[in-house]
Amino acid sequence: MIWWKRLWRRRQMEAQLEKELSFHLEQHTSQLIGRGIPPDEARRQARLALGGPEQVKEKCRDARGTRWLEDLLLDTRYALRTFRQKPGFTVVGLLILSLGIGATTVMFAVINSVLLRPLSYPEPDRLVSLRGFTEAFGELWGCSNLDFGDVKRESQTLALAAWTYGGGTISEPGEPEYVNGRQISAELFSTLGISPLPGRAFRLDEDRPGAAAVVMISYGLWQRDFGGQPNAIGSALVYDGKTYTVVGIAPAGFQLDGEADVFTPLEQRQDTDPRMQNRAARFLRVMARLRPGFGLAEARAELALIARHLAEEYPKSNAGLSMIPYPLEKELVGDVGSTLWLLLCAVGLVLLIACVNIANLLLARAVSRERELAIRVALGAGRGRLARQCLTESAILGVGGGLLGVVLAFVSIHPFVAFWPGSLPRAEEVHLDWRVLVFAVGTSLLSGLLFGLAPALRIPMRGVEQTLRAGARSIAGSSRRLHSAFVISEIALAVVLLVSAGMLGHTLLALSSLDPGFNLHNVMAAHFALSPGTLANPGKVREAWQDVLDRARRVPGVESVALADIIPMRKGENSVPYWTTATPPPPDQEPIALASCVTPGYLKVMGIPLRQGRFFNEHDRIGSEPVVVVDENLAQHAFGSKDAVGKRIWIPAMGTTPALVVGIVGHVRQWGLAADDQSRVRDQMYYPFAQVPAPLLHFFSSIMSFAARTTIPPLNVVEPLSRELRGVAGDQALYEVHTMEQLVSASLARQRFLLLLFGVFAGLALLLACIGIYGVLAYLTGQRVPEIGVRMTLGAKPLDVMRLVLGESLVMICVGVGVGIVAALAAGRILNRLVEGMRPADLSTFAITIPVLVIAALFASFVPARRASRVDPVSALRQQ
Amino acid sequence: MAPPKSDLPQGTLDLLILKVIALGPVHGYAIAQRLEQVSRGVVQVPEGSLYPALHRLENRGLLAADWKETETGREAKFYRLTRKGLKQLKTETADWQRLIYGIGLILQMADGGAE
Repeated sequence: MIWWKRLWRRRQMEAQLEKELSFHLEQHTSQLIGRGIPPDEARRQARLALGGPEQVKEKCRDARGTRWLEDLLLDTRYALRTFRQKPGFTVVGLLILSLGIGATTVMFAVINSVLLRPLSYPEPDRLVSLRGFTEAFGELWGCSNLDFGDVKRESQTLALAAWTYGGGTISEPGEPEYVNGRQISAELFSTLGISPLPGRAFRLDEDRPGAAAVVMISYGLWQRDFGGQPNAIGSALVYDGKTYTVVGIAPAGFQLDGEADVFTPLEQRQDTDPRMQNRAARFLRVMARLRPGFGLAEARAELALIARHLAEEYPKSNAGLSMIPYPLEKELVGDVGSTLWLLLCAVGLVLLIACVNIANLLLARAVSRERELAIRVALGAGRGRLARQCLTESAILGVGGGLLGVVLAFVSIHPFVAFWPGSLPRAEEVHLDWRVLVFAVGTSLLSGLLFGLAPALRIPMRGVEQTLRAGARSIAGSSRRLHSAFVISEIALAVVLLVSAGMLGHTLLALSSLDPGFNLHNVMAAHFALSPGTLANPGKVREAWQDVLDRARRVPGVESVALADIIPMRKGENSVPYWTTATPPPPDQEPIALASCVTPGYLKVMGIPLRQGRFFNEHDRIGSEPVVVVDENLAQHAFGSKDAVGKRIWIPAMGTTPALVVGIVGHVRQWGLAADDQSRVRDQMYYPFAQVPAPLLHFFSSIMSFAARTTIPPLNVVEPLSRELRGVAGDQALYEVHTMEQLVSASLARQRFLLLLFGVFAGLALLLACIGIYGVLAYLTGQRVPEIGVRMTLGAKPLDVMRLVLGESLVMICVGVGVGIVAALAAGRILNRLVEGMRPADLSTFAITIPVLVIAALFASFVPARRASRVDPVSALRQQ
Repeated sequence: MAPPKSDLPQGTLDLLILKVIALGPVHGYAIAQRLEQVSRGVVQVPEGSLYPALHRLENRGLLAADWKETETGREAKFYRLTRKGLKQLKTETADWQRLIYGIGLILQMADGGAE
C-alpha cells in the first residue's frame, strides 16, 4: 500500500491490527485450554507470551513507516490545542515573530530583486559594460566616440553598443514639454536582446550623420502623446526644433540609467556635438554582449590588446588607458548593495532578539510542564519523541508568525521601496516571488527551531524520579542559568543596534554641521531649455541667454541670477586635466580639476566666499584674455603657498592658450557633504560662459542650468519665473527645480535613511529586550515566592527583597552590556567601511545609548521586583 | 530442567519468518507456532516482536496479506510471500549459509591448533 493510502486508512488499519492481535490471543488461549489449563489461567499465559498489547501495537505502528506523519498530525493537533488554551502567549508570540519575519522578508525581497535576480534581458550573464581605467583617474565610466568606433570594429569577442544622455523640448504633438532623451547606437536594442513593440529599432544606415531624422519613443510618451495608437509609427515628432519620424516604441519600463522618453541615433549627434570627434571626451556609456563561444576572460584579454594599440597610436589621449569589461548587473546596481546587506543584518538582529524572547517564553512554559513531561517519560515516551513534540509546537508558532510576516511584507514592500532615498535601481522589479517565499518559510522554520531548541533539550531523562517526587514544589533553579543567558544575549544584541544607531546619528549630526562651502539658504537651481528655434541660430544664443538673465532679475523676490553648467551636489560633472606650464606632464600624471562654466552672478547667487582677486565681470568675453577663477584647494596644490592670482594654467580641453587666474574662491563640497572628503577630484575651477567659443555654444546651451538667489522662499518664485521665461514662442521651460537646501539634504539621504531604519530597529530591539527582561524576572521571582516568603519571615524587609531582585537583573544587564559593547565595536568597523563619512564609535555615543538601555531594562525589572517585595510571607509559605 | 533457550541473533527473525511463509499462506499465530515447533524450543522467538516484524516486512513489500477464513471459520490475516520476498529469502539464505560455513571453518581451525 502506498504510504498516503495507509495514512488515509488509519482507522481501518487500527481496527485490523486490533483484530489480528485478538485473533492471536484467542487461538493461543483456546490451545492452552485444550491442554487442560483453566480458561482464566490460559488467557493470562497467552497475554504474557504476547507481551503488553499496547506496546506491541505501538511497535507495529512504528513498523508502518508513516509513523512520523501520524505523530506530526497528533503533535500539531496537540500544539494547536495548547495555543488555544493560552491565547495571550500565542498572540504576543505571533505578533513579535510576524514583525521580525515580515521586516526580514521585505529586506530580502528587495535584495532578491535588486542584487540576486538576473536582469530581465535574455542571457543577462553575457552582458557587460565597458569601462576605462587609468592610474591617475582610477575608473572612468565613459568611453570616447572614436575609441568606441575602433573597439567596435576590432573586437571579435564582443558586440558593442553605446549610448549617452540627452534631452530636449518636444513641441509637437501636444503641449511643449521638456523630456529626458538618450542617444543610442543602432546596435543597442539588438545587443540587449530586446525589440521594440510596435515598430522597429534603428537600422545601421540611420545611425549616421546626415541620415533621415528618425526617433524611438518610450512606452510612456506613446501613451501620453499618441494615445497608444499603432499609427504613431511613421508619424512626426518635433524634438528640439527638428522634425523626426517615429519608427519604434521602446518596451514599457525600459531604462538606461533612469527612464527617458526620446531615443535618437547617436551618430546624428555629429552635427552639433564636437565631442564626437574628440578622443579625450569620454562621454559614451558602452555596453556589449559576449559573442557566442567567448567568455569574459577572453574579452578582457582582447580589450587589453586593443587598448594598448590605441594607446600607441594616440598617446596624447589614450596613454595609460586600459579598458575593462564588467558584468552589467553589477554596473546597474552600483553601491546600494552594501546598504541593503547592512539593513538585512540589522533586521536579522531584531529577528534574533524576537526568537530569543519567544524561546524565553517557551522555556518558562516547558519548566512548568516538567512534571507532565516526567510522567510521560515514566510511561515510556522516548526522548526523541518528546523533543519532536516540542519542536513541532515551536515550528507551528514559527510558521504561523511567518505567514503573518509574509502578509505584512506583501503590504509594506511597495511603500518601503517608494521610501528609498533617490531611486533604487531596478525598483520596478521589486516584488515577492517564490524565492522570497522560500526565504520566508525557511526563516520561519529556522526561527521555530531556534526557539524550540532550548525547551526541547531540557526534556528530563535522568532524575525523572526526583522530578516526580518534587511534586508541586518549584524547580525554578534548574533553568535559571539558561534564562539569564537569554536575557544577556538579548541585551547584547540590543546594545549592538543601539550603538550602531547612535553612531549613525552622531555621524549625521557631524556631517550636517559641515560647511558646504556656499550659502545654501534661499537658492534655487533648475535646468533650463532655450527655445529650439533659438538654438538653431548660433548667433542668437548668447543674446537669448542674456535675455533670460535680464528677465529673471526683474521677477519680484529674485535677488541675483546666474547660469552654470554644474550645480553642487547635483548629478553631472566635468573634470578636466590642467597644468601650470605649457609642456604637460605624461597624461596620467596631470592633476584633475572640476571645471564649471558660469556667468558673473554665480558667486553671489551661491554665496561662495571670494578669498583673493576678483570674480568674472562683463569684460571677460570672447576675444579678451581667457580667465579662470580657482578654489583654494587648486591654488594650494598647483602653486603651493605662492600667490596664485596672476599665474597662468594650461587646460588642454580648452585649447592651447593658457588661462589667467584672476581670483581664488572657497572650496565647495561638490560631491555631497559626506562624500566630498573622499572624492578623487578635489580641485575646482570656474571659467566664464561668455568665453565659450561660438561652435560650442549650442552644446553648452543644452547643459546650462539656471540658478537664482531669492529674498522669499525660493520655490515661491518658480511659478512667476516660469511665466516670465517662457519666451516668445512659449516653448522655453524650467525643469527639475531644486533648492540648494534640498540638494544638500539629499546628499545625506543615505545616511539619514540608514539612521531612520537603524533607529526603528534599535527601538524595536530595546522594546523586545525589555519585554524579555520583564518576562524572565516575573517568571523567576514567581518561582521564588516561597523562598522570598522564608526570607521575609526571617526578617527581610520589602526593600531587601527588591534589592535582591533588582540586583539579579542588574548583573544580567551589566554582563549583557559588556558583551554588547565588544560586539558593537566590531559592528562599528563594518559600518565605517560601508557608509561614507562614518564617524567611528566614540565615548559620547556609548555614553548616550548605554544608559538609555540600562534605565529601560531596570524599569522593566522594577515591576516584578515590586511584586516580589509585596509577597505576603504567610500565604507564600502556605503555597509550599 | 529445560535447557536454556538462545536468543535469536540480530536480523535473523525476518529470515525465519520469510522461510515459514514461503511454505504457503499462513496467519500470525500459525507462524509463531511453526517457529516454536520447528526450532524444537531451542530458539526463543519473542511473540511480541513477531507482529512488528510482519508489519515491517509487509511495509517493505516482501509480504502481502489477505483476510481469509480459517478452517474454524474465523477471519484471519494470512501472509504470503511476494516475488520480491522470495528473492530476498534466497539471497538471505545464501548469505546465512555462507556465514555459517565461514564461521565453521574458523572454529575448526581453532580446534586443529589446539591439538
